[in-house]
Amino acid sequence: MKIHEYQAKELFRKSGIPVPEGKICKDKKDISSLLEGMKTPVAVKAQILAGGRGKGGGVILAKTIEEAQDAANKILGMQLITKQTGAEGTEVQTILFEQGVGIARELYLSILVDREEADIVIIASRDGGMDIEAVAEETPERIIKVHVNPLLGLQGYQVRELIFGLGIEPSSAKSFAGIVKKLFSVFVSYDCSLVEINPLVITTDDEVIALDAKVDIDGSSLFRHPDIVEMYDDSEEDKLEAAAASYNLNYIRLNGTIGSMVNGAGLAMATMDLIKQAGVEPANFLDVGGGANAEMVENGFKIILSDPNVRGIFINIFGGILRCDILAEGVVAAAKNIGLTLPVVVRMEGTNVEEGKRILADSGLSLTSATDLEHAATLLAAI
Amino acid sequence: MAIFINKTTKVIVQGITGKEGKFHTQQCRDYGTNIVGGVTPGKGGQDMEGIPIFNSVAEACRVTGANASMIVVPPPFAAEAILEAVDAELDLVVCITEGIPVMDMLRVKNAMAGKKTRLIGPNCPGIITPGECKIGIMPGSIHTPGGPVGVVSRSGTLTYEVVHQLTEQGLGQTTCLGIGGDPINGTNFIDCLSAFQNDPETKAVVMVGEIGGSAEEEAAVWIAANMTKPVVGFIAGLTAPPGRCMGHAGAIVSGGQGTAEAKLIAMRENGIHVCESLGKLGKLCKEVFSQQTA
Repeated sequence: MKIHEYQAKELFRKSGIPVPEGKICKDKKDISSLLEGMKTPVAVKAQILAGGRGKGGGVILAKTIEEAQDAANKILGMQLITKQTGAEGTEVQTILFEQGVGIARELYLSILVDREEADIVIIASRDGGMDIEAVAEETPERIIKVHVNPLLGLQGYQVRELIFGLGIEPSSAKSFAGIVKKLFSVFVSYDCSLVEINPLVITTDDEVIALDAKVDIDGSSLFRHPDIVEMYDDSEEDKLEAAAASYNLNYIRLNGTIGSMVNGAGLAMATMDLIKQAGVEPANFLDVGGGANAEMVENGFKIILSDPNVRGIFINIFGGILRCDILAEGVVAAAKNIGLTLPVVVRMEGTNVEEGKRILADSGLSLTSATDLEHAATLLAAI
Repeated sequence: MAIFINKTTKVIVQGITGKEGKFHTQQCRDYGTNIVGGVTPGKGGQDMEGIPIFNSVAEACRVTGANASMIVVPPPFAAEAILEAVDAELDLVVCITEGIPVMDMLRVKNAMAGKKTRLIGPNCPGIITPGECKIGIMPGSIHTPGGPVGVVSRSGTLTYEVVHQLTEQGLGQTTCLGIGGDPINGTNFIDCLSAFQNDPETKAVVMVGEIGGSAEEEAAVWIAANMTKPVVGFIAGLTAPPGRCMGHAGAIVSGGQGTAEAKLIAMRENGIHVCESLGKLGKLCKEVFSQQTA
């Protein structure tokens, strides 16, 4: 789960990591009063969850209060298009005003889970403010990685490795060390999958400040973080994806025309691939869970049919323990309930599969049974 | 032979009295698995349809002589359940639970270093040696005992699909297992491939991967260096959009890493027979395995 920069900075502030003084603005009426008394320069920053805000024009450093007002009026409410938002962009509903700081050095600092090593890795670089993936690609020697054992936690020598590796001056080494330790503690205590400060700034007064903040939290851990759940902002989510989530369905919208409904994530991915290989494009990923039932199928239909691009639907259920006759009855009932008119190809496997196919055939609906996946592909290509 | 489990495996179920635990315990027992007990703290002394329930794993092991466990407890308690089983020195722990926090699994994985217990999963369908023992939630009926094919996969229902196609082609299985869809898991591809290579009954292997991480690439290199038995490989997620988590917590392409294309290339370069289309997997196995295992 992603949270906004200003929310991440609240977590930082609470944890003792210095961040610039800032104010949140959600309404153009408040711009003037919020800017009153702020020292220039002022950074005006769009608060959307997608990355690439700076390049997309969502971050402006204003030299005067008037410039800041103009920037705020421009950014608040705009459709911000970045490399991560897609062509439609995302409406900016919140902006952050921040007091500028005198920058002496810009560094990069992040912490994430290394799934291959099964540990926590701290990544740091002298090249703050740049795209870290580009730095890793072009000048990998400028990146320092420190692997931390999750049972032992961060050790002093590991912090020193960062300090000496980055060439931190003795005058700011203590502050830097404090930030690394506190950031590590935020990472662990909030079950983060990523924390990133880019840039981490050393000011002309030798202070160390997190100028930016990115925090992603492991969705599986939310049961023990009610304060994080409160930060959840679903306004940037695809409306259909949000609706599917409320039905406990795992749905991701794509651009194609053939909807699919599958039980199990791996099979759902492979089914999308199969649709593509049949010469048509998948409209979605939809996993109704390992044990699909009639209610899940009906909800799945509702979600898929809300996408106006969908011209046909492929249901691929590997029942196994699940009885196909019960599943087929569910499909027929759901199709009748919602007045389904689109062609549907159903491929199911499991107990009582023949009885299931008979129920589909006798339903009077445009439901076609596929004998296997190859047959299903042929039927899909014909839609 | 088979790998990791056989008819002598004695199994306890952690979380036996929950809805899922009860159902799948019955399914496993009906398949022929030797379920010797269950663990639900506070319900020790009771029984679930004749299966004795204990308050702790240690007690269950002491009384029943169990050497394996199936974990079907909710995510907040699953990591601790694994640690309890490791502490009781079981040979094998199969964790079905989906949604365990990554931080918990990081600790569990590191705490298990040097211990004798093998963990399969979490977020997995389990393991089955057809005709002998099933520890998991897969439908037993689709499997065919006797080998010669071993199956290892990161997925659940996709594994069932593969096994079903093998059975349709008349290819039996030695052992089939899902290693789980989470970013941090216990047993990995290489552990399973190595066991299959050493199992005389297994003559060929199907390996089913998906997007995210680099386990398939590492396994492919290992196969080229160590494996004499033919391997057919399949990867799910060619059409998955980058940056999105595709159902499984571990199935995500991030920063250009973990793509299906890269995995397929690694498989091809290392001599794995790549299956391009799921519908053709059974037939490809028949073709490849009949040539090479004859």
